This record gives sequence, C-alpha cells and structure tokens, in this order.
Amino acid sequence: MSEHLLSATGLHLSFGAIWALDGVDATLWPGEVLAVVGESGSGKTTLLHVLSGRSAPDAGLVAYRDTEGVAHNVHAMPAPQLRALHRSDWGFVHQNPRDALRMEVSAGGNVGERLMAQGARHYGVIRESAIDWLRQVEISPSRIDDMPHTFSGGMLQRLQIARTLATHPRLVFMDEPTGGLDVSVQARLLDLIRTLVARLGIAVVLVTHDIAVARLLADRILVMRHGRVVEGGLTDQVLDDPQHPYTQLLVSSVLQA
Amino acid sequence: MRPAHPEVLRTEALGKSFTLHMQGGVTIPVLRDLGLTLRAGECVVLSGPSGTGKSTLIRSLYGNYRADTGRIMIRHGGDWVDLAHADPRVVLAVRRDTLGYVSQFLRVVPRVSTLEIVAEALTSRGTPPDEAKLRARSMLLRLNLVPHLHDLPPATFSGGEQQRVNLARGFIPNHPILLLDEPTSSLDAVNRDAVVELVAEAKAAGTAILAIVHDMTTRDAIADRLFHLTPLREAA
Repeated sequence: MSEHLLSATGLHLSFGAIWALDGVDATLWPGEVLAVVGESGSGKTTLLHVLSGRSAPDAGLVAYRDTEGVAHNVHAMPAPQLRALHRSDWGFVHQNPRDALRMEVSAGGNVGERLMAQGARHYGVIRESAIDWLRQVEISPSRIDDMPHTFSGGMLQRLQIARTLATHPRLVFMDEPTGGLDVSVQARLLDLIRTLVARLGIAVVLVTHDIAVARLLADRILVMRHGRVVEGGLTDQVLDDPQHPYTQLLVSSVLQA
Repeated sequence: MRPAHPEVLRTEALGKSFTLHMQGGVTIPVLRDLGLTLRAGECVVLSGPSGTGKSTLIRSLYGNYRADTGRIMIRHGGDWVDLAHADPRVVLAVRRDTLGYVSQFLRVVPRVSTLEIVAEALTSRGTPPDEAKLRARSMLLRLNLVPHLHDLPPATFSGGEQQRVNLARGFIPNHPILLLDEPTSSLDAVNRDAVVELVAEAKAAGTAILAIVHDMTTRDAIADRLFHLTPLREAA
C-alpha cells in the first residue's frame, strides 16, 4: 500500500516574538504536487525550509519515507545523511537560479556535477545525460559548453531544473520557481515543470504567492497566514469555493486577465 | 439479478450554501435537502430558472464545490464512494476514472496545443500518446474543428471553438458519468447537432449524463427526464 512520502506534524518555529510556524501539519503522497500559498511573511518559505531539513523547527516532526519504505526523522538525521538525501532522492529549485547553479562551471558541467555527486564516473555517459537534460528543458545542446552567465533568466531557471531533475529525485522542493520572470517566459516554464513532473512522477512541494501558478501545477493546496494553515484541500475546491475569510480575500484579489 | 440501468449517482439530503466573508459574512443558501438519482444510460436535464443552483449542483457533484451537508454517492469501479466526504486522492481518482465534467468555460494551461489538451485526457488514463493523438484528432474533427486549429493553443479561439475543445476533452475518455454545464450555449445548429449525436452515443454505451441546457431543441433531443430545481427562498 502507498504511504505518505513526507509528513509533518506540529511544526513550530519562532523568530523572536513572531511565530513563523505556529502548529503546522502537512502531508505529501508519492507523485503529488502540493502548493503552499500565502502572502510574504505567511511562513510558507519557512515551512519549505523546515520540510526539506534546511532549518530546524523549535518543535514538531518531519518524517520522510525512503525507497525502502523506512521512515526517517529529517531533523534527527546525521548531517552527512541529510546531504546525501539532498543529492539523491531530493531536489531543491530556488527562486534565484544563481543560488543553485555554479556560475563558473559550464551548463553541461552544472548538470553533470549532480550526476557525479551521485556516483556517475564515465565522462561520455555523463555528457550524454547532460545533453539529454538540456534538450528536455528546451536548451539547445549546442550551448552545453557555455557559461551560465551568458544565459537569460528563463534559461538559467530551466538549467537549474535540468540540474535538479537529472538525478531523478522522488521529491522536489520549489521556492517561487517562476518568480522574477517575464510572463511569457513564466508560461513556458510552467508548462515545462508540469510536463516533466507528470512524466517522471515526482512529488513536489511548491511555494508560491501566485495563485495562478498553484492552479496550473498543484493537485492540492495549503493556504498559510501568520504561520498557520488556514485552509487546505484540492486546488480547484480551495480556489473556486474558498471557505476561510483570508482565502476568499486572496482569491478575490487576483486580477482577471 | 442486476438491473439493466443501475443507479450510478445518488445524492442524499445534499445541502450547499455560500458564506461571503467579503460581504460582511452573509450566508446564501443554494441547495437544501436535495435528492437526485442518475442511472446508467440516461440523460437527466436540470431545469429551473436562472439562479436556482443548477451550476452549483453540478459543481458540487464534481467535488469542485464542497457540500455542507448530506452525501454524494458515486459508483466508482465496483464500490460506492461518498464524494462529499472523500479524501482528495479519492476525489481525483473518481474524476480520472468515473466522473467527467464539461465546464461552461475552457480553462487550460497556456501554450499547450488543442490536440495535446484533448489527447491528455487519454494519456493521463494510460493510453499511449500516439493512439491518444489519433483519437483526439478524430474527436476534434467530429466537432467540426478544422485540422489547422489542432496544433494551436485555444487561447485565441472564438467562444464556440473553445467550447468544442472543452467538449472534445470531456467526451473522449468515455467516463461512466458525465456532467455537462451548458455545453451548447455558444454553438451554432450544426455543432449542436454534433453534441446531440455524441450524447446519444454515450447514452447507448451506458454513460449517465446530467446536463444544464437552456436551448429547448437540444434539451428535447437529449433529455430522458427533467429534474426541477426551485429557488430556496420560495420553497422556504
């Protein structure tokens, strides 16, 4: 039987007098895309960092079930084991691709590096795989030896996605992956993420302030405010029939194109 | 012995209201104590004046709106599922395998071609891509969408063309239950006839259909019976 891939219970984290997380529960099934929405300061990015083990909560538990079905307490894991998890089963897509990419290494090198970190050694195989991934994110393989600083913002984001997905992670954390991009570039990237995630069966926790992004990508949605989840459910339910006053405000504030 | 036209959908004491927090928390009751049954192979058309909750009922049955009270029993595979209380994953499985819905307006991912949109309704259910595209093409042609439109995203299409893309996507998976919200509102007579034909074929194949149709000709052509909704404030 299938079980939760990731489950968080009773997460609390304060920054001084402010609760960034004030009793958050969240679960994720294998292959499921979960969007966390809310305004800045709602705690959504903090939640992403705590779920992915990048920040520790004051209280609460995050459990990850590995490919063998063994559950691990993410915040009790020895650091090397957590790093290994981030290199293999997990991926993290940052809003700013420069935070993830090595800008002094070629595009192909950026993809190949992740593969080598996972144990790939054969140069020809790594290069082939890098070319394949550049194609999948719609970057011409002729750019494989070019440095990332010669790429546009949209291309950099696609390169980051190629680098992240090359190791076939089961779970990818995404922090505003389309933030800061032009609308036309955004649409292309969204379609790419949607297609790749569906084809590869990857589970995703996606943090976004953009409700339209959540609608396009997510199966389920959590609405956060002041460090709490105020509403959750199927994406279309929450967005078309919002129950909580804050969700109603959020949905009614979206501009109709 | 199993009846020839078994029940496939049944609501029990279904109730739905909306609380508008942006308007001072006013609550608008829309559906109350509603009992509707739908059998395989029949088409039931919802009737009643505008504002009586026909679209709300269809959206509640699809799980798009959340029912406040009562149950929405759906025959899913060999089991009955209460969609009003089902886990999100179960709702998604019911939508994938059992329950189809053609909304009033097409809502799609930008940049994706018409053919891919329709084919995806099949590939997401395991049909190989080549076969899915072939079937999508022929469904689009049946709805009189000319081939040169198939490779374009429908964003720039006319209302009638978008509606036909929506219909193609809704009819192609052959769901056992199909909900149609004003499927012919922007269509001309030729295309309305194409929809009437699709409904007749689906019924013959055992599909149960619940529809909102305002145009009398289409309604008379597809309806086996009407289900009347009365405004709540009058009924109360």
